[in-house]
Amino acid sequence: MNIVICGATSRIAHCVARDYAAPRNRFLLVGRDEAKLKTIAEDLKVRGASEVAFLVQDLSDSQSAGKIIEWARSRFDQIDIVLVAQGLLGDQMADQKDFNGLVKVLETNYLAPAVLLAHFANVLEAQKKGRIAVITSVAGDRGRMSNYHYGSAKGGLSVFLSGLRNRLNHSGVSVTDLKLGFVDTPMTAQFKKGILWVSPEYVAPRIIRSIEKGKDTAYIPGFWRCIMCVIRNIPGPIFNRLRL
Amino acid sequence: MKFPSWGLYPKILNEAAIELKGPQLPSLDTTFLPRGNGMSYGDVCLNDGGVLGLTKGLDSFLGFDAKLGTLECESGVTLDQILRLVVPYGWFLPVIPGTKYITVGGAIANDVHGKNHHLRGTLGNHVIEMNLVRSDGTHHTCSLAKESELFCATIGGLGLTGLITKAKIQLIPIHSALLESEQIVFHSIEEFLQLSQETDRDWEYSAAWLDSLNAQGERGIFLRAKHSETRISLEPHSDAGKFRVPFYFPNGTLNGFSVRAFNFLYFHKNIKRRSRSIVHYNPFINPLDNILHWNRIYGHNGFLQYQFVVPSSSPGKKALKDILAGLRRTNLGSFLTVIKVFGDKLSPGWMSFPMPGITLALDIPSPYGMDVLKILNQFDVWVEEVGGRVYPAKDARMSKEAFRRFFPNLEKFRAYLDPKFSSSFKRRMGF
Repeated sequence: MNIVICGATSRIAHCVARDYAAPRNRFLLVGRDEAKLKTIAEDLKVRGASEVAFLVQDLSDSQSAGKIIEWARSRFDQIDIVLVAQGLLGDQMADQKDFNGLVKVLETNYLAPAVLLAHFANVLEAQKKGRIAVITSVAGDRGRMSNYHYGSAKGGLSVFLSGLRNRLNHSGVSVTDLKLGFVDTPMTAQFKKGILWVSPEYVAPRIIRSIEKGKDTAYIPGFWRCIMCVIRNIPGPIFNRLRL
Repeated sequence: MKFPSWGLYPKILNEAAIELKGPQLPSLDTTFLPRGNGMSYGDVCLNDGGVLGLTKGLDSFLGFDAKLGTLECESGVTLDQILRLVVPYGWFLPVIPGTKYITVGGAIANDVHGKNHHLRGTLGNHVIEMNLVRSDGTHHTCSLAKESELFCATIGGLGLTGLITKAKIQLIPIHSALLESEQIVFHSIEEFLQLSQETDRDWEYSAAWLDSLNAQGERGIFLRAKHSETRISLEPHSDAGKFRVPFYFPNGTLNGFSVRAFNFLYFHKNIKRRSRSIVHYNPFINPLDNILHWNRIYGHNGFLQYQFVVPSSSPGKKALKDILAGLRRTNLGSFLTVIKVFGDKLSPGWMSFPMPGITLALDIPSPYGMDVLKILNQFDVWVEEVGGRVYPAKDARMSKEAFRRFFPNLEKFRAYLDPKFSSSFKRRMGF
């Protein structure tokens, strides 16, 4: 299989790639950190990938999408799986004053991935096969005062995916929205971990299963489906008095 | 998030941890200690008042030559991950200690040894090359041929010479993941030594479980194994069938009485004089790896581990017997007493623990009041008098004076310490 991973230096993406690293699987990795990409490429090759190439590119820049797609098409005749894994948590409190931070969060988590997916969509639509999977977040299910910058961007991306899924269904391409809950990664290093937290190693096989099944939306871990259902349905007047 | 050691003692009050994002050091305004899986028992993997640099993100493989059996990987890769990768290709780690769930960095820092020390020595004997980064910003690639002094200081160097970022290891070839194993009951130390002598020529792995509390004298079960030449199966170990200790047992669950009872049952279950079987490497080499969190059986107060080695000379054997008699007299109930004869292969590490002789490892459940600590200090004196030493990776209580006598290379080693690196053990030993 030919697998393209954007945001490949994400810990979760690395764990997913490892589980996919079997003979005859080839990888294209896109990320910002060259040294890390090199290390991950070596790791995947040792674990069995038959070919791994990487492109150093800042994925928060929506203008970079064209370049990425050109490069991918030059290396792979056919793209079987596209995984979009980049994200930026930002700092909600600080970004409420520093609007540059807010813009960065919105660009990295919504604008740039949406433009990138628009490019990939055309390629896979023409192929009439393939799978697209995007890591969003349960935070996108409802804006909460503690992280609505991040939440709204991820939520917006989920809506984008919903429309994309509708369009690409007519070409036999699946679009999977991976709504992850609390995962213990370098991005969440500063948070105190509790009972709801899981590891990237826990999440990776579940991501793969969701992609293989062509699921529309996967909550990982599954219990978030219930939790978010409750959160979504808390009546406004009550919700607004909370400090979630 | 707390980062205790495996023995859950000493307790740490104030420790910060940073996950290392890559093979670099963060900027340091307090002391730093690299931290793998924290499976060392005492305080070599603790840095109370300082910072721990977690290496769990440095877990990529960097190269594996399936013809030559060389493996290169980042220092946060665990021995468990290595085995899963290399066993299907007919390769094996030359040294595996009591657990596989340790990082390569931690394994080198403690210069671990296993049940095959008599043949293979320590892990340090099989490190081809490693990379270190130090707080002055320098990067070092060292081996026996290049920067060999830093190499020798780092093997067994307890993580104090710099951050090991990657290492290249020479693996050993195997035909099978299955072992032919044998277990033999013995009734005295002499019998044990006799068995070791016959065994260590032809068998890859050997060690013995000892019933240290039996009033009639030492008895135990000698275990030996070798990789099968005929049963060709290269299935690595799996996670299936693991048992997890779900909670901390009450302190004092393991005591003189309960341990005697366990030892009696265990010994008599295995009473058949000699028996052979074919086993997978996992339950033979790492039986405790299938019981997750087994340290919880010792309760919240944790336990002490004491491992020493004495030469096989007559004074050495006498010291060993005196220590065993001391254990019986004070009713210190060690649950998992293991005895083994070390071979002659010396490690390049200056601070390496094994030496030719007999090693005994025992655990001491809490409470460990002044009388327990006094008795262990007495054991240290007997060990030191015959030229033996105690293993720092397991220690939480040896005195600075004893440590200096056990490790004559300490001064040589000190020249290679990274000034910004420290550990609770280093400060306790005052070097």
